[in-house]
Amino acid sequence: MAKSLFDKIWDAHVVRSIPGGLDVFYIDKHLIHEVTSPQAFAELEERHLPLYRKNQIVATADHNVPTKNQHLPIQDPLSRTQVDQLTANCERFDIELFGLGHQNQGIVHVMGPELGITQPGMTLVCGDSHTSTHGAFGAIAFGIGTSQVTQVMASQCLLLSRPKRMRITVDGELKPGVTAKDVILYIIAQLGTGGATGYFVEYAGSAIRSLSMEGRMTVCNMSIEMGARGGMIAPDETTFEYLKGRPYAPKGEKWEQAVAYWKTLHSDEGATFEKEYTYKAEDIAPMITYGTNPGMGIAITDAIPSEVPAGETVSFEKSLKYMGFKPGESLLGKEISHVFIGSCTNSRIEDLRTVANYVKGKHKADNVEAIIVPGSKQVEKQAKEEGLDKILAEAGFELREPGCSACLAMNDDKIPAGAYCVSTSNRNFEGRQGPGSRTLLASPLVAAITAVEGKIVDVNRYLN
Amino acid sequence: MEKFEVLRSAAVPLAIENIDTDQIIPARFLKATSREGFGKNLFRDWRYDSEGNPIEGFPLNDSRYSGQILVAGKNFGCGSSREHAAWAIYDAGFRVVISSYFADIFRGNALNNGLLPLQVSDEVLQRIFQQIEADPTTEFVVDLPKQELYIPAWEERISFDIDAYKKECLINGYDDIDFLVNQKEAIEAYEKNRIWAY
Ligand code: SF4
Repeated sequence: MAKSLFDKIWDAHVVRSIPGGLDVFYIDKHLIHEVTSPQAFAELEERHLPLYRKNQIVATADHNVPTKNQHLPIQDPLSRTQVDQLTANCERFDIELFGLGHQNQGIVHVMGPELGITQPGMTLVCGDSHTSTHGAFGAIAFGIGTSQVTQVMASQCLLLSRPKRMRITVDGELKPGVTAKDVILYIIAQLGTGGATGYFVEYAGSAIRSLSMEGRMTVCNMSIEMGARGGMIAPDETTFEYLKGRPYAPKGEKWEQAVAYWKTLHSDEGATFEKEYTYKAEDIAPMITYGTNPGMGIAITDAIPSEVPAGETVSFEKSLKYMGFKPGESLLGKEISHVFIGSCTNSRIEDLRTVANYVKGKHKADNVEAIIVPGSKQVEKQAKEEGLDKILAEAGFELREPGCSACLAMNDDKIPAGAYCVSTSNRNFEGRQGPGSRTLLASPLVAAITAVEGKIVDVNRYLN
Repeated sequence: MEKFEVLRSAAVPLAIENIDTDQIIPARFLKATSREGFGKNLFRDWRYDSEGNPIEGFPLNDSRYSGQILVAGKNFGCGSSREHAAWAIYDAGFRVVISSYFADIFRGNALNNGLLPLQVSDEVLQRIFQQIEADPTTEFVVDLPKQELYIPAWEERISFDIDAYKKECLINGYDDIDFLVNQKEAIEAYEKNRIWAY
């Protein structure tokens, strides 16, 4: 029978099905970080349960770490406690940890793929909703709550019901200046923030195939923003090429065996999906959000809808009031005071290259504060090797040390109340980047252009 | 986990759609390493101004409303996977959240903590909001064994769905860990036959 990619991987991970429709579902890799793991470790100890498979866990510190002076002790006592506790827990349970200062440290969803930990066909979880990022490799990857973190620690399994399947196909060729970020912002604007709730999404079509691994990760990353449990893309030569030679990827004969297996991981002709959507790549333009959920996105040259979109009522008005925008108005010409380039959506080396490439020989506008936070130590190192750090510094951008940073503003990197920030992250919720902050989500290219111009502009006119 | 069977209570209305977990509990309050104490920061930035004074008009600050049931607009709990959101709601004294749609991860987190996510139709949800507006003391009866929401004022019983296994867990106060740990034999057998050792 024709099977979808999702079902092939799901079926291979069912330990047993129990009456009532739940599966005991096996997890190959478990990533943990400092914010959602302490209570799980505590619970394990309270219940006197051993850690079941320590070799299948990798830890890093990312959410709560400062992005300046990482070699010094963390100033904020609460943040320090959390990071210290992760270190202590990892030592006690003998778990591999890429802590602050380690050459592999980074945002958990940047770190895993770049080290080759994330591989096609595997199941991977983390106490973080953007675990969907790893689906770019053709894996079933999704975010879990802390109780489930404990469950995986205790049994390497979860008790789950199988989600429904959705396929989103984007065919055609993307226009110049249109990036993976625009593709996913466009899809979310079509489906809305709850449009894929209950589904696992496979992205397909020639426009998706044409994306690099970095681009695919950007797309899968934001699947959760339309409510999807996760997103995935079938592995292909682009995937294998990216993985080959990475530290945790299989080597030699094992590599050959792995690739042979990975090549079977695609949706068969005739596989069924409970929902299918198809979009044309040519219809997608550089995007930006104007509201307080990621579904409130428009082409940068379009006006904000003048009427409340179907299905939204109170939130639309509340949202525009918070943002200081009016229905029907254009964003072009709006002054921006902050630009944040970073987060697990867009902080990979390709993103930094895009920004550096655009700002080379230019300078940020005086009214803008622009920070770039690389996704990991590896990205930071590579950016320096390629001389991107100098280009960015000359353009007035501040290159920081790796972490989640102003994506969720748990550390000191906060956008001031009332200020507008064009951000390459994934969430524009009220106060997400600091109490009162106003976030406009966009691609790294749009962010770079905005930083130079000091306001929202028609980016199409700035592309050579 | 505390057992849940039948709850009789008034409800607090929050007629806003797409309430994300960043609103339920902002990230800056996630620095604790225990599960307790999150309730005081529930909806922090909607409930208090930057000086910490209660914001007038926000339902949780409105003395007309009380009870252990929170009624919220559709797509409740979207955004981050932080279980702290479920802990904060529970810690603030709620045992049930009624909405016409829940984000997946939030729904799971709630169930794992003895907080019942009760889904009704959009139409019923709007009627509930109107009912509370008209009479904030309206009582609601949530009967989990019968899977029924009973509203005496309407003399109406509205049935709701819940996974059979999860229902048992809530009624008995069990959680998935007990179950999974007892599956060791099956899990070990599975591990011997994994197709590809990642
Ligand atoms: S970068 Fe932002 S979205 Fe990504 S894991 Fe960190 S906090 Fe979450």
